Formats: sequence, structure tokens, C-alpha cells
Amino acid sequence: MNNTPEIPAILSSEEYIARTEGGQGACPGCGLALALRLFAKAMGPNVIMVIPPGCTPVTVMSPRFNAAFTVFVALFGSTAVFASGLKTALSIRGEDETHVVGWGGDGATFDIGFQALSGAAERNDDIIYVCCDNEAYQNTGNQRSSATPWGGITSTNPPPARKMERKKDITLIMAHHHIPYAATATIAYPDDLMNKVKIAKEMRGFRFLHLLAPCPTGWRFPADRTIEISRMAVQTHIFPLFEIRHGTDLTMNLRPERSPVDAYLGTQKRYQGLDASQIRDIQRQVDRKWERLQWLSSYGKEVQ
Amino acid sequence: MIKVITGNEAAAYGALLCRPQVICAYPITPQSRIPELLSEFCAQGLLNGTFVNVESEMAAIGYVTGASAGGVRVFTATSSQGLAWMHEGLHNASGSRLPIVMVIVNRPLCAPANLTTDQTDSLSQRDTGWLQFYCESNQEVLDTVVQAYRIAETLSLPVMVCMDGVYLSHLDESVNIPDQEMVDRYLPPYAPTFRHPGYTYKVYATYPPSELGYRSECFEDYMKARWLQHKACGQAVDTVLAVNKEFETLFGRGYPPVEEYRCEDAEIVVVVSGSAVGTCRGVIDKMREEGHNVGLVKLKMFRPFPRDLIRASLKGRRRIAVIERDLSVGQCGIFFQEIKWALHTHADHEFTPIYGFVAGLGGLDITPALMEKAIRFTMNQDPPQQEILWLGLREGEISE
Repeated sequence: MNNTPEIPAILSSEEYIARTEGGQGACPGCGLALALRLFAKAMGPNVIMVIPPGCTPVTVMSPRFNAAFTVFVALFGSTAVFASGLKTALSIRGEDETHVVGWGGDGATFDIGFQALSGAAERNDDIIYVCCDNEAYQNTGNQRSSATPWGGITSTNPPPARKMERKKDITLIMAHHHIPYAATATIAYPDDLMNKVKIAKEMRGFRFLHLLAPCPTGWRFPADRTIEISRMAVQTHIFPLFEIRHGTDLTMNLRPERSPVDAYLGTQKRYQGLDASQIRDIQRQVDRKWERLQWLSSYGKEVQ
Repeated sequence: MIKVITGNEAAAYGALLCRPQVICAYPITPQSRIPELLSEFCAQGLLNGTFVNVESEMAAIGYVTGASAGGVRVFTATSSQGLAWMHEGLHNASGSRLPIVMVIVNRPLCAPANLTTDQTDSLSQRDTGWLQFYCESNQEVLDTVVQAYRIAETLSLPVMVCMDGVYLSHLDESVNIPDQEMVDRYLPPYAPTFRHPGYTYKVYATYPPSELGYRSECFEDYMKARWLQHKACGQAVDTVLAVNKEFETLFGRGYPPVEEYRCEDAEIVVVVSGSAVGTCRGVIDKMREEGHNVGLVKLKMFRPFPRDLIRASLKGRRRIAVIERDLSVGQCGIFFQEIKWALHTHADHEFTPIYGFVAGLGGLDITPALMEKAIRFTMNQDPPQQEILWLGLREGEISE
């Protein structure tokens, strides 16, 4: 890692969601709830979260609102730009120290809210945008998104019509808006996740975080395997951990020895029924993307 | 200061005088001059506000909604397709009780494509909970923008100020631009003080969370929120009258929500809205000179519909004509529908025949000759069986 502040030895004891006996409304084993918990701990107080409909409002609202931060309710198509407008207003009012965070799922980020997201990034609006990615429209019942991986079964990709399009490389896409900071993280690596949140928090301008949040309900795996699957996603190189500064300076945060994708795919029933050649295709896609990231991370470094 | 300016420029000057802190609008013909001019005002330091270029109207309404929810005065403007694309944001803004002011330059919706004017774009947003005003002249556009902030911030409701595309937006007229000092006296800075915590649709408001209709911590109060919003709309006409009266005192001119023109003892009254009102005044003058008992009612306010005022203005008339530049396809003219509802649902109101003329769609000129033809038709022909009389569909004619 480079230029990272010190790694927190232990997690802060402060809780920002599910603070009282009311608990929270996510499914058992939800990766998103944990991602939100870690994110909020790293952000600390003085945060307004701008959130469109999805799993996150359910998490913080059920059975009743139980979070320590303000949640500003957004529309899908304009989450990022709501956050931008709100931040501008608070700055004008002299509340510049309040962090405004756009927090969308993969639907709100990759799909329906993408135009507003791209616009806010292009303007380098002073917000943090987090995509908490569970790889389908899970809140409405696991319909396909453009973040659903190749080969995945969703409720709108019933077998044999499994998804045959590849997932967008959203973090690279966002980095190529020349924003100060774009990074990936996932819950199995809480230090890395919270570090990246803290780096983003200290910067100004548009910051993008892509958090992978395994979903037991949609991906169909037992609720006690969430962390394991998050870790396997990194170890198989399916979800590499990296950060990109200023659109070009890519750093790999972890280079685990590659384990084959088979074991990861085998943990989730959404991949059930893939044949050997399809699994080879997925392995090839993963390897090619990993190689490309290595190339990007080394690009220009040797001449410096 | 008197300046000869277009309707778009009048809207921009009106906004300038109100000192919006965030201005965000996406250009669209025929509205584009408004954001251009406001960006100039900001660049030159005449306006101490943040001008934001965004990538769509969806983003423009999103940005000003976020900023208004954050407690600052905002301005935006759009037309036609842009307004249609804002649609979900319009409901969100009014449901969040945000005092956003938006100028609409009325332009037809595609298809077929047309860049001129009719009012169906904003009229088809009538159920979004925004107040709507339709202007007759460029002076009225400027003055209504100034009044709109007073109305919006008093009621915590968003306001659309509408002008006909091309006929006002691109036409030069002499406009009296009021002194900044006078406007400052009329319109104090927007000062929301209550901070809304929890699960919220606005961070800053002029009233505490308990008065928003929903508890900030749960979804359960939807119906109560709508009831409160509806009650606020119920105060709108009185607010508009009061705000306009104060404006008249300070600036020497005003615009009632419903204006009667030469209606004393008029048997036949024609109801018109927007830029065609000016034409109609001339027609009424001419016909009065010829000895006909005709009058004009100018309908400036459309949402909420000023039903009591319109009932009073139209009570006891022999016949009523509505000439309008809009259409609810397959139904009838939208003003016609609302006026009919206002009159014929009122117990004290005897049945009055109403002639519904639809004219000038897609920017066709509503000439004095056409208007006179419609008024004479109303005087002399039996009440129509049809909901629409097409005025000028075939040149100079009334068709069914």
C-alpha cells in the first residue's frame, strides 16, 4: 500500500447502525449490512448519507430507523446529483465539514443512476459515492443488473437463460473520469476497507468506492459463508483489491496467489449448472482482467 | 431601469434580483438563454450564487432539490421534453415541501417535433403538487419570478412560472427592471432554521419535522403528509393575493390570479391564459366599441385551481368561451376541463354553456380574427355537443 494512514489495530467501538434493541432489517448473513457498519465506523460522525431505495434503506429502517447518521432519501436516477446539490448547499451555509455520501446499490450505480453518477464525477463534485454491490437488484428479488457476473442466474435470468454479458468494470470507468480517488474493497478485508474510507474522507472532490457485498439470499449460499465468499472473491482474482488516484495511478493493494474460480462458483447456487467450458470462460475473463490490472499498475512506474 | 428584453431575459433578470444561491438548469430550446444569462451574471460577479452545469434535466431538478433540501434558495428552468424528463423529480420536490422556483418556457412535446409553443408540457404536470402561473408579458414574467419566491417560501411548496415559448421567450418587450434594494425589501433572504435528523427528505426546513407530515423515523405517515400538502395548497390563493397586494404597493403593478377585463355586465366572457391574453384584450376592446357585451377573464393561476375566484368571475354569464393552447388528447382542452369542473360542481352555480376552443397548438398564431370568430360563434351558435371546437385547424375556421 502507498500513502495510506496507519491501519486501525482494532475496530472502533462506536456503532452507527443497529444501535439499539431494534436491530436492523437486512437478511441473515447480509454483506451489505456489514459493509455499511464498517463504512460508518470509518467515516465517524457528521455524515449525511444520500440513499435511493434498495436494500440499504430496509437495513436502516426496519423495524424502525436505527442509525446514527442522517439518511436523505434519494431517487434512483439522481442519487449522485442530490448529494452534489446537498453538499453545495451545506458548504454555502458554512457546514463544509459535513460529509455527504451517495450510497447506492449496483442498480443505482451501474444502471439507472449511472448518468447522474458520471455527471457528478465529471464535475468532480465534492462527495463520496459508494457502490455497495450485491450483483443484482436484490431488494426487488434478485433481478439482473449490469453488475451481475457472466454466467449468473437471476430471477430474470432463469436457467437456461443465464446472464451472458460481462460485468462492467465500474471502478475503472469511474477512475477514467479523472477523479481523485477510486477504489475497491470488500468486507473480508475490513482494515483495507476502512483504510480506503479514511483516505477518501481526507480528500476533496469526487471519491468513488466499490464495495463487494455478498448476498446469501440472491447468490444463494448459507448465511454463515458471507465473509468466506467475500475472501474467496479476492483470492480468485474475481474481485481484485486496488485503488486508483487521479484516474491513472493504480495500486494493487493485495496480490494473492490465484486460486481457481471453480471453488468460488461452487459455493453459490446462482452458478449451478455451468458446464466445464463456461467455467473455463469465466477463468479466462478473470485472468485477462487481472493481467490488465497488473499492466495498469506497472504502467509508467519503471521510468519514474 | 427600463430595458427592452426577451421573456427569457426577463426570467433571468427576475432570478438575479432574487439572489438564488444555487442555479442549475440544463439548456433546451427555447429556454437556453435563461441559463446562459444566469451563468454570465455569476461569472461577472453580479450574482453571488453557484451556477452549475449538469448533464440533463433529471440532474438539474436533482441538484436543486438536493440544494433546496440543504437550506439554500435555488432556481432552475426548462421546457417541454426537459420538464417531462424531470417528472419524478417534480413529485419528489413538492412532496419534500421544497420552495423551488422553476421557469417553464412552454413548448410542445414530441412527436411530432416542434420547437415553438403550447402549454401541454406544464399542464400535464398539473398533479405534481407544484403551483403554476401563466404569464401574459415579459414584465409579468420578471415580476412573477420575484413573487414566486415569496409564495414558495411562505407555503413551502415549489412554483412553476410559465411563459409561452417564442411568443414571449424570444420576443423583445419593454420591461421595467426593479431596483435591487426594493426587491430585497420585498423578498428577505431564505432562512430555514430547523434541521431535520433521521430518515429525511430535507435537511433544512422552515418548520420542525413534526409538521412535515411524516415522522422522520418511519414511512407510515404518507397520507398525513399528503393531507398537509393539500392543506398548504388550500392557502395558496390567499397567499398569492396577499403577496401580490404587497407587490402592487411597492412596485405599482400587480397580477391577480384571476383578472377580469371589461367584464362589467358582460354576457359573453372568454377565458384565456398566457401570451394570447394580450391579443384578446384588443379583440374585446374592438367588440365593445361595436356594442357587444363581451369581456375577458385572464387565468394566470392554474395550480392550485383558483376555483372560487373563477366561479365569482363567471357567475351569471350567458355563455362562456375558453380559448386555450393545450390539449388533453382524446379528452378536451385542459383549462376547459378545469373551468367546467369548477362551475358545474358548485351547488350555487346554475348551468352555463361553455364553448371549448383549442387553438394555436404547435405555435400556430391565434390571431385577433380567429379570436373574434370564436367569440362570435359563442354569441350566435347553439351550445356545442362536442368537447372541442378546433379553432384555426383549417385556416381561419372553426371545425369539429
